[in-house]
Amino acid sequence: MRKMLTIISNVLRGSASRNSSTLRAVLQLLAVQSEYANLTAPHDHDPDPLSRLKDAQPHSPLASPPLTQIPPAEYKDLGHTNSGQALGHLGPHNRPLTDVVSSEAIAQKESYVEPLMTSGSSISEEINVVPPLTERVSEKEKPIFEKIISPVIDVSPSPVLITVKLPNPAASPAQLSPAVANSSSSVTSTDPHCPPPAESLLGLDNSFPEITHSLAGETPFPEPQLAGARVVVSARTYADFTPQASFDIKKCDVHKLEEGPPLQAVLTREEGLQYYRTMQTIRRMELKADQLYKQKIIRGFCHLYDGQEACAVGIEAGINLSDHLITAYRAHGYTLTRGGTVREIMAELTGRRGGIAKGKGGSMHMYTKHFYGGNGIVGAQVPLGAGVALACKYLGKNELCVCLYGDGAANQGQIFETYNMASLWKLPCIFICENNKYGMGTSVERAAASTDYYKRGDFIPGLRVDGMDVLCVREATKLAAEHCRSGKGPILMELQTYRYHGHSMSDPGISYRTRDEIQEVRSKSDPISMLKDRMLSNNMASVEELKEIDVEVRKEIEDAAQFATTDPEPPLDDLCNHIFYNDPPMEVRGTNPWTKLKSIS
Amino acid sequence: MASLRCFLRSGKVFVVPCDICIINSILLLQVTVRDALNQAMDEELERDERVFLLGEEVAQYDGAYKVSRGLWKKYGDKRIIDTPITEMGFAGIAVGAAMAGLRPICEFMTFNFSMQAIDQVINSAAKTYYMSAGLQSVPIVFRGPNGASAGVAAQHSQCFAAWYGHCPGLKVVSPWSAEDARGLLKSAIRDDNPVVFLENELMYGVPFEMSEEVQSKDFLIPIGKAKIERQGTHITLVSHSRMVSLCLDAAAVLAKEGIECEVINMRTIRPLDAEAIETSIMKTNHLVTVEGGWPQFGIGAEILARIMEGPAFNYLDSPAVRVTGVDIPMPYAKILEDNSVPQIKDIIFSIKKTLNV
Repeated sequence: MRKMLTIISNVLRGSASRNSSTLRAVLQLLAVQSEYANLTAPHDHDPDPLSRLKDAQPHSPLASPPLTQIPPAEYKDLGHTNSGQALGHLGPHNRPLTDVVSSEAIAQKESYVEPLMTSGSSISEEINVVPPLTERVSEKEKPIFEKIISPVIDVSPSPVLITVKLPNPAASPAQLSPAVANSSSSVTSTDPHCPPPAESLLGLDNSFPEITHSLAGETPFPEPQLAGARVVVSARTYADFTPQASFDIKKCDVHKLEEGPPLQAVLTREEGLQYYRTMQTIRRMELKADQLYKQKIIRGFCHLYDGQEACAVGIEAGINLSDHLITAYRAHGYTLTRGGTVREIMAELTGRRGGIAKGKGGSMHMYTKHFYGGNGIVGAQVPLGAGVALACKYLGKNELCVCLYGDGAANQGQIFETYNMASLWKLPCIFICENNKYGMGTSVERAAASTDYYKRGDFIPGLRVDGMDVLCVREATKLAAEHCRSGKGPILMELQTYRYHGHSMSDPGISYRTRDEIQEVRSKSDPISMLKDRMLSNNMASVEELKEIDVEVRKEIEDAAQFATTDPEPPLDDLCNHIFYNDPPMEVRGTNPWTKLKSIS
Repeated sequence: MASLRCFLRSGKVFVVPCDICIINSILLLQVTVRDALNQAMDEELERDERVFLLGEEVAQYDGAYKVSRGLWKKYGDKRIIDTPITEMGFAGIAVGAAMAGLRPICEFMTFNFSMQAIDQVINSAAKTYYMSAGLQSVPIVFRGPNGASAGVAAQHSQCFAAWYGHCPGLKVVSPWSAEDARGLLKSAIRDDNPVVFLENELMYGVPFEMSEEVQSKDFLIPIGKAKIERQGTHITLVSHSRMVSLCLDAAAVLAKEGIECEVINMRTIRPLDAEAIETSIMKTNHLVTVEGGWPQFGIGAEILARIMEGPAFNYLDSPAVRVTGVDIPMPYAKILEDNSVPQIKDIIFSIKKTLNV
């Protein structure tokens, strides 16, 4: 019991919360713990978790603090009872407390133990014993911590999820207090079922929880992690999740438009999971490409898209696959959202025959149906996109074309030529400027006399959108698509986004911007974290589920990378093919007059 | 028409010779190059809904050189599109439309202005099928007058045959006669690849006889095949576009002196019909190429290099030579301009030098 409590205290110190109801919830839970002190949970892994805890080498630069002990009496002194009523409101789902399994039943059934953890990022694989938040919290917040035991939950950006599963619905009711989170806080709600038995909560005799890898890449500032706390869970059904929720999104600045997109976006669970998966796939794929490039398996140009995932995913969510899209060279994300597979994309990067362009295009020249690349010449894709829009209008299929370019390209003359013609002829074209603040190494202030890229269309209505929020992008794209499809002509969107990598792989990305800036964006506005937080805090998914998706994505990327490195290069016979379409075979001069190479369509 | 001709041939009808002449002149139309181009476009616009024309002044102005006269009245705004003076923009739009399934004809008022859009022609049109390994084709025709005109000076007189002929992924054609214009334009429009169609402003008004066969709606000239305009035995003259006229005139003059020139009309710059040239050289043993463009790295240079590298070299009795435009920007004054491009006398001079007569 004592052991448990010391570990609890350690856990509690690991994070901070300013939300007292959360605090109360957790303490309630822990108080209940003491009732189950005698129960044991299934032994999964480590027989002596405590020693492991002592020996644990935290990977984070924030070294582990010494374990302290808090007398159990303190918990009860805080005035919490076992009853559920003492807590604040129930979570979004008012579930009866009756379908709860007794601890005995749980122990017998060896139910699955779910880790109590943050959804944030961490490099550490072990229990991340982070220093008490008091060290990192501002002076103003300190008194709160001294007064009460700092709760388990970390405020931003990643919440804690305590989930409980039901192995057997026919269980004896118990007076348990669900630790229910206030949905507006960043704390997750827990399933209002039985709290875990004491030891199992802390993983004393279980394995320690796994701590997720950083989703945002290699960040030197991991978010606070919880020390090991496992919760005995009962089986979770899909009915437990919120099917959909409404989120506030940032207001978009508008230009020559009566109103922008709505300020609230509805996200369903399925959509959320799908966006999460896609963004995560793009993120991991780009990081893998980074790795392969450094190993010299990918060569030439490689412009990575990590940080900007919300743009690709949000845009695709606002249009159909039957619409068209064209972009510049930072195209891997779009190749994926437009229907390419990770395998094909990675094999194209490594120049193998299994690549999406059979190895002949490379990073900047990937094509799929209704996706016109992947274009290397800055700005040239914009007139092309308007041409595609012309074809859409001409053929009368109610399709539109999304035409992307960057803040660097936004100053190209041909773009203004295109604005003019698109507007004159009312082409169904959505011009989208992905403003990631830097055109190669030149910041927007140094390149553009007017950085209001959404206004640069002049006579074309414009929107400025938060490009790090997938829902904001989606809503804006829907508005833009509606505008185009109604025959009003083109519209311009500026997505304010950020790229974590440099311009390309040959650019470290720090000579023209600071590491701090990159870190700040990573920690505050990472698109994947934002979506994850939203979903977890509204109980639209479980941490476990998202982790599963992460694992699947990782596997997919690994497989793709494996394929990309082992697939053979294109055959030399293919050298001169694909010069002309629908033409009889012809001869192509080789490097010398005697070499005549065959070319087929 | 055909049945009438058969009827006459059968001899059952006694026809006065003048009647036959009248019938002949009905059968063999005199058509200018301009009209041939116009009719070809008209027929292709009619045949395929996806074909459309865009360019400066092609619609309401009836075409800067009246090549597209009447088309806007017939087909309307959707298919004949006037563009602002933004070559890079509208060439890109045309290429994009081709990528998305249409078959645009993109007119440059002259190919000098295509330099502003050359990135779209080369990087977006020509290379795309290869870069996408066959996923994305670009069925587009870029057409317009190329090369020297009359009194338009340096910026409006450059020949781009060599520039475009240099790039893989493009087909480059250069018609001479009305028949060439008609057949090659139809082939270009029906071709699923980017075609650069180099016309010549000075040829627009020149009439040619067009046989009935040529007048048929499906008359196509295959891209990549040259035509022997005049049979000869002593020397091969290879030329394209307006220079073919000069070669024929030179040949006519030399015929009186007993020199029979074989005149080859290249018709296509890329892919070059080297075989036709080689076959001819194996017959005549001498070669002179004639072009309007500048000499360095030009059409003649390519032909000569290929002949050197090929089997026909062994058949040459004297080094092949090129007759080209003078290596200067085009001047304005008439006397200067006249002396900046090959004249008939220059061709004759070169032939005689080659033949050593």
